[in-house]
Amino acid sequence: MANGAQSGAATPAVISVPSVAAVFLLLGAASYGALIWAPTESTMGLVQRIFYFHVSSAWSGFISFILVFIGSVAYLRTRALKWDWLSVASAEVGVAFFTIVLVTGPIWAKPVWGIWWTWDARLTSSFLLWVLFVSYLVLRTLVDEPERRAMVSAVFGIFAALDIPLVYFSIWWFRTQHPQPVIGDGGSLDARMGWVLLLCWVATLGVMTLLIRLRYRLEALRSEVDAVRLAASRSS
Amino acid sequence: MTLARATGLILAKELRTEFRSRELLGTTVVFVLIVVVLFSFTFNPTSSESRRFGPGLLWLAFLFAGSLMLQSSFLREQTNDTLAALRLAPIDPFSILAGKMAANFLFLLLVEVILLPVFAVLYNVAILPVLGSLLLVFALGTIGLAATGTVFSAVAAQARLRELLLPLLLLPVLAPVLIASTEATVGVLRDPSELSLVWLTFLACFDVVFLTAAWMVGEYLLEE
Repeated sequence: MANGAQSGAATPAVISVPSVAAVFLLLGAASYGALIWAPTESTMGLVQRIFYFHVSSAWSGFISFILVFIGSVAYLRTRALKWDWLSVASAEVGVAFFTIVLVTGPIWAKPVWGIWWTWDARLTSSFLLWVLFVSYLVLRTLVDEPERRAMVSAVFGIFAALDIPLVYFSIWWFRTQHPQPVIGDGGSLDARMGWVLLLCWVATLGVMTLLIRLRYRLEALRSEVDAVRLAASRSS
Repeated sequence: MTLARATGLILAKELRTEFRSRELLGTTVVFVLIVVVLFSFTFNPTSSESRRFGPGLLWLAFLFAGSLMLQSSFLREQTNDTLAALRLAPIDPFSILAGKMAANFLFLLLVEVILLPVFAVLYNVAILPVLGSLLLVFALGTIGLAATGTVFSAVAAQARLRELLLPLLLLPVLAPVLIASTEATVGVLRDPSELSLVWLTFLACFDVVFLTAAWMVGEYLLEE
């Protein structure tokens, strides 16, 4: 394979059936936990159940964005395209997770707060984070040559990731008057709620890993096709 | 050749290019002026309202101006492929980026200083007693704007739709600068005026983080 040496990785194997089944099982168990097993929250009622997937999606999305950073730094250091594949796969999955966060958030907020959206610190930062990585994906569509695309998107990926803590701190100080998060001071939470949240997080992490692997493989195959096309056009 | 000397030479070249034509500075000043005037239609520009909204709109105008003005930083080099020539020079590649950053910083600061009295007159804000603190805030905010803007200008120069792409990349990353500079400026213009140490420190942190990042990625960015 002409491309193998240059990209630094062979095309990964197809995702195995057991791993897909395991992720689906986890998702099923998590849904059961979130929708049925966990007790109904006393003041917010049923709508609070969306919270389990909302929070775990945010955490998994966050981890995806950290993977973008790792992939970007590693690409600049090694020049192996496989790291760029990891970055693009993680960025897309992270954006997908944050889209879930930004959709489920207002669904929860409307009945509980009475409004769809408030410019509170967390909401604003999540929104900005989503925009940052959408920009990253837009940038990728506008550069055609693979090495150049990998390089400029790695630079932007690093800058965007470094911006995350700054975004959080600035918005935090800017909007300090807003409500503090409910989770964390745990005391009054039913233990089952904590377990369900953990289970949901594990399930979304499973989905995240699965999707990133699939997307990574797709990118590897694309790169291979490009290499074959190039070789064909040279020989003709 | 040392990094400082090479940076100085690039800076001098950038300044010479700009001051021979002066087209970039003139155009940007007019652009910011238009934005500031248009913003006045969105609220009632009395003195107390201006103190509340003025700094935000001013910084937003600077950010827009930066995202348009910094395009040319690397595009200018493409016409005659002069970036390749610069790359051949036996100097640290980061000095090219640093020289351009310094030049962009000076251009942006100059635009801001030119527009400050106009803003003060139009929006009826007293700036003379707090000029020192105001310039400090402007300088710190503009370093962050110039540092990220110059790097992204090099990024966007390698892509299609670059005129649209640069604001798209730059503006979300600069959101913390917008918040911090606006809050700091609001504090300075408030009566009694106060210089917010929290926001100044924050701006300094932003500048340090992104100058360091630019220094780390600079050599990759400029290679062919």
